[in-house]
Amino acid sequence: MATSKSASYDYLIKLLLIGDSGVGKSCLLLRFSDDSFTPSFITTIGIDFKIRTIELDGKRIKLQIWDTAGQERFRTITTAYYRGAMGILLTYDVTDERSFNNIRNWIRNIEQHASEGVNKILVGNKCDMLEKKVISKEQGQALADEFKIKFLETSAKSNIGVEEAFFTLARDIKKRLIDTASEKPEKPSGVTVNPEPANRQAGCCGK
Amino acid sequence: MVPRVGSVDDRNKVERSIQEKKSLWGIHTAYLPGRIKPVSIPVPGSLSHAQIGLGAGILGGKYSLNPSTTTESEKAAAMNLIRKSTEGVGSPLSRKSTTTKPECEKKNDEAAMMADIAKLNTMSIRFNKFKNLLDMPVIDLEQLRKLSWSGVPDEIRSTVWKLLMGYLPSSADRRDATLSRKRKEYEEYVSQSFGRGKAGIDASLYHQIHIDIQRTHANIPLYQHPRIQEALERVLYCWAIRHPASGYVQGINDLVTPFFHVFLSSYVKGDVETTDVDAIPAGWLTEVEADCFWCLTKLLDGIQDNYTHAQPGIQRQIARLKELTNRIDARLYTHLQSQGVEFIQFAFRWMNCLLMRELSLKNTIRMWDSYQAEGPDGFSDFHLYVCAAFLVKFSDAIKKMEFQEMIMFLQSLPTQKWDEKDIELLLSEAYMWKSLFHNSPSHLGGVS
Repeated sequence: MATSKSASYDYLIKLLLIGDSGVGKSCLLLRFSDDSFTPSFITTIGIDFKIRTIELDGKRIKLQIWDTAGQERFRTITTAYYRGAMGILLTYDVTDERSFNNIRNWIRNIEQHASEGVNKILVGNKCDMLEKKVISKEQGQALADEFKIKFLETSAKSNIGVEEAFFTLARDIKKRLIDTASEKPEKPSGVTVNPEPANRQAGCCGK
Repeated sequence: MVPRVGSVDDRNKVERSIQEKKSLWGIHTAYLPGRIKPVSIPVPGSLSHAQIGLGAGILGGKYSLNPSTTTESEKAAAMNLIRKSTEGVGSPLSRKSTTTKPECEKKNDEAAMMADIAKLNTMSIRFNKFKNLLDMPVIDLEQLRKLSWSGVPDEIRSTVWKLLMGYLPSSADRRDATLSRKRKEYEEYVSQSFGRGKAGIDASLYHQIHIDIQRTHANIPLYQHPRIQEALERVLYCWAIRHPASGYVQGINDLVTPFFHVFLSSYVKGDVETTDVDAIPAGWLTEVEADCFWCLTKLLDGIQDNYTHAQPGIQRQIARLKELTNRIDARLYTHLQSQGVEFIQFAFRWMNCLLMRELSLKNTIRMWDSYQAEGPDGFSDFHLYVCAAFLVKFSDAIKKMEFQEMIMFLQSLPTQKWDEKDIELLLSEAYMWKSLFHNSPSHLGGVS
């Protein structure tokens, strides 16, 4: 999709935001792409799309992020985007137990529709709302451990952990792309092989 | 109220200006996209609807409109004329009279004033036509539709919509009884659903509606008031549990608001968006709520498969939009294809929310005048042509963009500042595409 006009980056990474309705997916994305927050957000219908170019280990990485509607009825539309995603942010709301319990269903969806080996990160949003919080950090971590994925608590409103969430996922994907590329005899086009290990910031989870 | 213009000079001027405006239709069609195929654009042969309206008031009602002789193509032409006739015209009331202006400016001012007067005349005539229709013991709905297509005056929109949606009976002596029966019926639905407190409520459904209502028209104070939010929640909840095949789907929360807006407007003074909600008597709100429920029900009855499992109605609409775009603007279509942009990526929301996310609530309300006037297929078939006209409007901009820019552009189109003229032009273009392509299987590849 990237044409010569906008090819000022080394990697193009496609991410997907999923999770129950109202957990704050669009707010996380708006915080990450525009560094802003609005409490008066509207519901996402179908899918939305934003981009941000970041720098990782001296490489310019363009993140193309697809934001999905959380409601069950839109599943037919949204699952079409799973296949192309290199990384997925699984989002729940720390003040909404239902959204946390549904993470298992979302993971099942990923298994059914996403590419094998897709990177994932579990994100517990709205961690600024301490008085309403019902899912502890430990519960989130335990669920993430169960599925062997990374975990972060975030607040799009207070700008906590949002950068880290996207960066962590992007870094993991970059690592995977490089590893995959290194195993192959030929470089895939558009992917620059970086022999330097990319794990020096592993585990930066804002803990 | 209606300004009087009587001199012979003035009359000549008006007639001249009508002639000029008439020729604008011819010019305008040259700019319409998609003239790649040898199609004949309808050109009114005689004075059209709008022209008669413009002239009639000024010329002392010499001409009377006979709607039965107004052809459909003239209606579309009239829409354009209305736009052209009001373009670039400021209100005479806001215009300061200066005596030191050069002669040419003075002339411009006069012309603008004339156009404004003509506009006022048109409005007044239109209003009276509506009034006359509504005062009949049995309303001729066909006539009401014809009249409503070009917009319904704010003062009577509430009644007209209820009639067009088939909620109010056309026969005057049945209206009161029907209204009170329907309102009572809705009240029963509410007490069935909410009478047993939390125990009787589908928590997951209610939760979804609740979080969506919080996010509905968040920029309009009216919709931030708990009383209004609760009323809308009840409407959506009652509708959803009575329609299990689709249930509540996000976006339906948007669709209830034009009804709410219009119906509440008929009760309160001033701008309904900033009205003092606490001052609204409970009885009024209950009536508005019930009327909204029934009209929303009627609306969704016509497009229910937009919201059932896998949303087949929307899938079909998008396939047709794709086909239609290819017919109307092949270069745009090819560009979208070559950049890998799927119609579903932008048009899904257009169908799911009937373009309400793209247009202001006021513009949506104006658009729904025409949708309802189109008859039972207004919100499905006609909407499809509106979407096509809408997309093609941005053809030039889109064709310069590549994938990413295009997706982002299409997701937040510069339409929030649109005014009524923009909407009317859009509608008239949609009308034209519909008359050219609808029920022409060879044109639409048999998908219609």
